[in-house]
Amino acid sequence: MTATVEIAKVTKRFGKVEAVRDVSFSLPEGATIALVGHNGAGKTTLLKLMLGLIRPSQGRIAVLGEDPAAGEFAARRHLGYLPENVSFNAALTGRETLAFYARLKREGGDAVAPLLERVGLGHAADRRVGTYSKGMRQRLGLAQALLGEPRILLLDEPTTGLDPALRQSFYEIVEALRRRGATVLLSSHALTELEERAGRVVIMNRGLKVADGSLDELRHIARLPTRIRLTVAASGLAEVEGRLAPLGAWRRVNGHMLEIDAAPDRKIELLRRATAEGLPVEDVEVAPPTLDELYAHFLRSQEVPL
Amino acid sequence: MRTILIVARKEIQEGLRNRWVLATTLLLAALALTLTFLGSAPTGQVGVRALDVVIVSLSSLTIFLLPLIALLISHDAIVGEMERGTMLLLLSYPVARWQVVLGKFVGHLAILTFATLVGYGAAAAALVATGAAIDPQSWAAFAAMVGSSVLLGAAFIAVGYLVSALVRERGTAAGIAIGIWLVFVLIYDMALLGVLVMDQGQTVTGAALNALLLLNPTDAYRLFNLTGSGNVSAFAGMAGVAQTATLSPPVLLAALAAWALVPLALAALAFSRREL
Repeated sequence: MTATVEIAKVTKRFGKVEAVRDVSFSLPEGATIALVGHNGAGKTTLLKLMLGLIRPSQGRIAVLGEDPAAGEFAARRHLGYLPENVSFNAALTGRETLAFYARLKREGGDAVAPLLERVGLGHAADRRVGTYSKGMRQRLGLAQALLGEPRILLLDEPTTGLDPALRQSFYEIVEALRRRGATVLLSSHALTELEERAGRVVIMNRGLKVADGSLDELRHIARLPTRIRLTVAASGLAEVEGRLAPLGAWRRVNGHMLEIDAAPDRKIELLRRATAEGLPVEDVEVAPPTLDELYAHFLRSQEVPL
Repeated sequence: MRTILIVARKEIQEGLRNRWVLATTLLLAALALTLTFLGSAPTGQVGVRALDVVIVSLSSLTIFLLPLIALLISHDAIVGEMERGTMLLLLSYPVARWQVVLGKFVGHLAILTFATLVGYGAAAAALVATGAAIDPQSWAAFAAMVGSSVLLGAAFIAVGYLVSALVRERGTAAGIAIGIWLVFVLIYDMALLGVLVMDQGQTVTGAALNALLLLNPTDAYRLFNLTGSGNVSAFAGMAGVAQTATLSPPVLLAALAAWALVPLALAALAFSRREL
């Protein structure tokens, strides 16, 4: 797989603020990558650097083999971008707006109508953008990003304002593009939003890259505990507690529940013991670490584990 | 080139849609027609020089109004799009920043040209309709007036872009645009007059005065039109000036063109250096 985007030791300063610090990664063809971080973590700055809207203070960026800020525009024709809070001139209609962007990408006018249909704006194509709801503007933003079969899609908070059905069809469109070999970079402030759609996750915090890998890899690195919760007949609580105490620090949740945070390598052993014959355990609940916990872990750790 | 035309086309489309084109054309036409019919009254309808009177009236109107309209449509062009967030998206397309500036310039200039041609053309047409005989020399002076009006508009559009490319907020751009209009249209001439009166011809030589007049596009425009043809300058009361003027029409036109091109180039430069 060839890399479409390469970022090498890039630092970007705005005055005294370092928005991005010494970040390196490369994005391959045919992959969906999530760029995750709080607001102000440097996600949008990275996207702008890839678009060539700003220049890195240090380091080097190549997008489709070109320096995006060098004033060479060939690569931009193969690039789709959806900004956070996308906005359009309110006076023009959806069709006129999309036709304008299609002309700039040297796309024929016949590309406009099907694309509007695809994002569910066919019925509103000839209304002024000023009358659109936020979700409709977001869909128009998505339509312009999809113009001309982009090889790289940079989407900044793409699903805000979309209802669940549209969110679903949005991810279908993105997945279809990815299968045809496009690089899709989704930026988001919450990992759960991506619902395991991204094959790879890059977590940013205060301008630093704090994690980079697939969700499974990240889970493995983080070694977050799995929570095991036992429901016990009220009368047998003391007995269970006594028998399991040597295995770790159990907590009483209430009169008939115990729980423990089990490290990944001890999980099976704990489960086996807890469900051993003779113990009055009525139910077992196993909760693996959520994406939010994983995300929080990497934000706390502040180091690059890979 | 094609990219510039695509951007220009969108500006014109927007201008048509948000009624800028309609408003400016109607305003110019209404004022031009008013001046045509009322303006010839004081001269007592002497001779057949009706169009020359109109030229004098309209060029005075132009000096006040066209810079104002030009600054109104241009001061927002860059900073406004940045503030609304549309510039970010536009620049992610295969468009260079100078192409954005030039495209907008072509579009805005087309709007202004259309309004001027139709508005002032209406005045000329009205004169012809009333049966006034107009000689070719007057037509030439009228054409020169309309052409240089467009050039004056172009200069102020370019100045507006430069302001728009430099400031951080739309409000600032609007304030500076109004200031520029006040200075060039009202204050500059008064100050110059004051200096000339105080100086009594001691230090300000003819050459220095010429330079000072070229430093203000509205003065270059005024001199070009009001001293351009003998008939017009007689009506404008500037025949005396015309005889002693050492600034030839080509120099004045060149000054106006420079006032359009230099700020435009600076605006493109400032915009391309700017970080979004």
